[in-house]
Amino acid sequence: MNFTLNVWRQKNANDQGRFETYQAKNISPEASFLEMLDVVNNELEAEGKEPIAFDHDCREGICGACGMMISGRAHGPRAATTTCQLYMRNFQDGETLTLEPWRAKAFPLVRDLVVDRSAFDRIIQAGGFISVNTGNAADANALPVPKDNAELAMDAAACIGCGACVAACKNASAMLFVSAKVSHLALLPQGDAERVRRTLNMVKTMDEAGFGNCSNTGACEAECPKSISISNIARLNREYARAKLLS
Amino acid sequence: MELKSNCPGGPIEKRWEDYKFHMKLVNPANKRKYTIIVVGTGLAGASAAATLGELGYNVLSFCYQDSPRRAHSIAAQGGINAAKNYQNDGDSAYRLFYDTVKGGEWRARESNVYRLAEISVNIIDQCAAQGVPFAREYGGLLANRSFGGALVSRTFYARGQTGQQLLLGAYQAMMRQVTAGKVKVFSRHEMLDLVVADGAARGIVTRDMVSGKIERFAGDAVLLCTGGYGNLYYLSTNAKGCNVTSIWRAYKHGACMANPCYTQIHPTCIPVSGDYQSKLTLMSESLRNDGRVWVPKTAGDKRAANEIPDAERDYYLERKYPTYGNLAPRDIASRAAKEQCDAGRGVGPGGKGVYLDFRDALKAQGQKKLEEKYKELFEMYHNITNEDGYKQPMRIYPAVHYTMGGLWVDYNLMSSVPGCFVLGEANFSDHGANRLGASALMQGLADGYFIIPYTLGHYLASSKHPKVDANHAAFKDAEDAVTGKLKKLLAIKGKRTVDSFHKELGLLMWEHCGMARTEKSLTELLQKIPALREEFWKNLNVPGSDADLNQALERAGRVADFLEFGELTARDALERKESCGGHFRVEYQTEEGECKRDDDNFCHVAAWEYKGEDQKPVRNVEPLEFKYVELGVRSYK
Repeated sequence: MNFTLNVWRQKNANDQGRFETYQAKNISPEASFLEMLDVVNNELEAEGKEPIAFDHDCREGICGACGMMISGRAHGPRAATTTCQLYMRNFQDGETLTLEPWRAKAFPLVRDLVVDRSAFDRIIQAGGFISVNTGNAADANALPVPKDNAELAMDAAACIGCGACVAACKNASAMLFVSAKVSHLALLPQGDAERVRRTLNMVKTMDEAGFGNCSNTGACEAECPKSISISNIARLNREYARAKLLS
Repeated sequence: MELKSNCPGGPIEKRWEDYKFHMKLVNPANKRKYTIIVVGTGLAGASAAATLGELGYNVLSFCYQDSPRRAHSIAAQGGINAAKNYQNDGDSAYRLFYDTVKGGEWRARESNVYRLAEISVNIIDQCAAQGVPFAREYGGLLANRSFGGALVSRTFYARGQTGQQLLLGAYQAMMRQVTAGKVKVFSRHEMLDLVVADGAARGIVTRDMVSGKIERFAGDAVLLCTGGYGNLYYLSTNAKGCNVTSIWRAYKHGACMANPCYTQIHPTCIPVSGDYQSKLTLMSESLRNDGRVWVPKTAGDKRAANEIPDAERDYYLERKYPTYGNLAPRDIASRAAKEQCDAGRGVGPGGKGVYLDFRDALKAQGQKKLEEKYKELFEMYHNITNEDGYKQPMRIYPAVHYTMGGLWVDYNLMSSVPGCFVLGEANFSDHGANRLGASALMQGLADGYFIIPYTLGHYLASSKHPKVDANHAAFKDAEDAVTGKLKKLLAIKGKRTVDSFHKELGLLMWEHCGMARTEKSLTELLQKIPALREEFWKNLNVPGSDADLNQALERAGRVADFLEFGELTARDALERKESCGGHFRVEYQTEEGECKRDDDNFCHVAAWEYKGEDQKPVRNVEPLEFKYVELGVRSYK
């Protein structure tokens, strides 16, 4: 298969940035999107040109490192799929693809398709944990957790922190990310003691980082590679109201 | 060099407890005076950083990823072992210890393995308290499943994402310590050298991967938690960034490298589809609970899998190993798959695959039940291969997955460089020649949460090292060496890309030092690697500069180290004239084609000592003694 790529190239945060066009030739339909980029980069490197920078690591859809806008869609056209798990057989031969970084004020650009998502770490630092020092724990079966709650918590905990929800949102809101962590911990009895503090602190940090608010468009859920449900945002709103009342 | 394991004596079930009592403690008020450098933020690194922060130490944590949450422990799928015996099926710390020593073919220390088994129960308690959403039964209690090499059900799991959930638990605990001011995170920082000053590890030199800045960090101890070296083979189940650099640079400062030839080839990976392929994807071993492995009985049978009747299928694992069947350990299942494919009975493109079939499980349990256990795995398989595992058998083939070898450490997890500790997959300690499934997560967290907090304190309290700051001459030397090497890589301006060298090295390793090794293949390899290395330093082309984000330069540095490390691996494989676990020498096999160990001559750890650029490394030996699990034949029949 052959593709024309319009790729956002920007040397660093201070550079203005521009699209550049590359040809991806003789790509196997069984290759992943990132393997297609590897082929292009190898050709660039062989010519002594700088390769297109993009984040990636595990290449099995779980580390959350990869992610780019592919022709306007976060992680490309396929639902519930990270960029590394997107295969070229999902595209048409001869297609032109436009590759852009996540664009959000809270994710400053680093280079080309690489952005700085450390705001997500700061949000977790604000309260995305259960305060239990190593060695404090009672026997794991001393505290039964209803299976349904454990499953719902796991659904939310599956978030990989890639930032696609922010990139897909017209407000660049991080509500899906924040709500996934708040939900995961609020649904479990272990997380109950810190529910109020956690919710307030995480939301505050989210706002300070420059993420927008949620206006219920649902793009985040539609583009999330792990199908994190927007109902978590409803739960976050409820937790937030509860926390405000109780604090 | 004399290798002192510092293992305690006495009854095995009392050793760790007694040892803990006799270790020196650091006064709580004094802990804040110590700075601990932790490199890597996987299960071992994150759990160590969090726990040491909780204790009051100042922790500096480094990772090459953009966030510590992305370390490759996150990709572990199936589960974590613990001797809880919640299933009342006869499990105990002793049985987990026994299974692990036997599974590793009597090539690990009894003391270390028993400690690991003993601690395993605390790990589950800790993780459950952190809110790790383990799978549960309707009564709200924890669920278990089985893994290879065990006849009890002791594996705890969170769907097919156990590693992710355990890592996020450790990451969150670490983030809590960031807020508490005890842990400082340096992401997108790659460690490029260890600094040894006045006989002890006192710091590291890093490269800020965004600005290119080379920085010095001083501390009172350095913990290397940087994972395995599977990417030596280019194609592996490791993340693209996984590398040997930190432990290799430590090796060059005197840390011995133990058993590098012990590489685990995992039997259930998605087969290679083309030369553009950048990595291999694992299908969790847990699938072998319900999937049955088979090949057509007739070589070259081209019928679709579902058209081959049972009588014409060879369920070779069930046939050869009736007791363990499809749950035979990884090394054995991998070799069995290779044997079938070599005999022409392999399936799929190039005949490099065997079937993993869920037909019978679907009939017995229904799709819903299987989805509950393996949904993400079936989706991932479908997505990658465009085939539906519910409708036709999966195709699988072995791939490099885990490395049992690593830096040599004593019972305290300290390498042969004082003050340089090594945790998790980066060390060699607990799995011997073969690791059992669901034991890597256990070891990473045991090392970080429950061992290093004690042994590090003991080191700090019992050693008198003057304060060293980053102006010490050793830091300048290390920084100069790092800068010089980067400049050298950029200055070659040859014709070949980094990846082309990495692929060539990987293929050489796979063919000469993969699932089957011979004296001839290894001797050849020892000639081919230096030649490739020489070409690398003459004909590599790294574009760009060292003053900004340069991913080609990052890769070049790692491949340069692999090109040296591969030679040591080959040397180790050549010298170990026996077969055991992940090291199969064709010359040493039983009549049935199983490993033939040589306990008289090789019941020891081989720990290689660096002697200089053009010198042969020295092979030091630490003898292994077995008092509890008697040396025997590792039979899974």
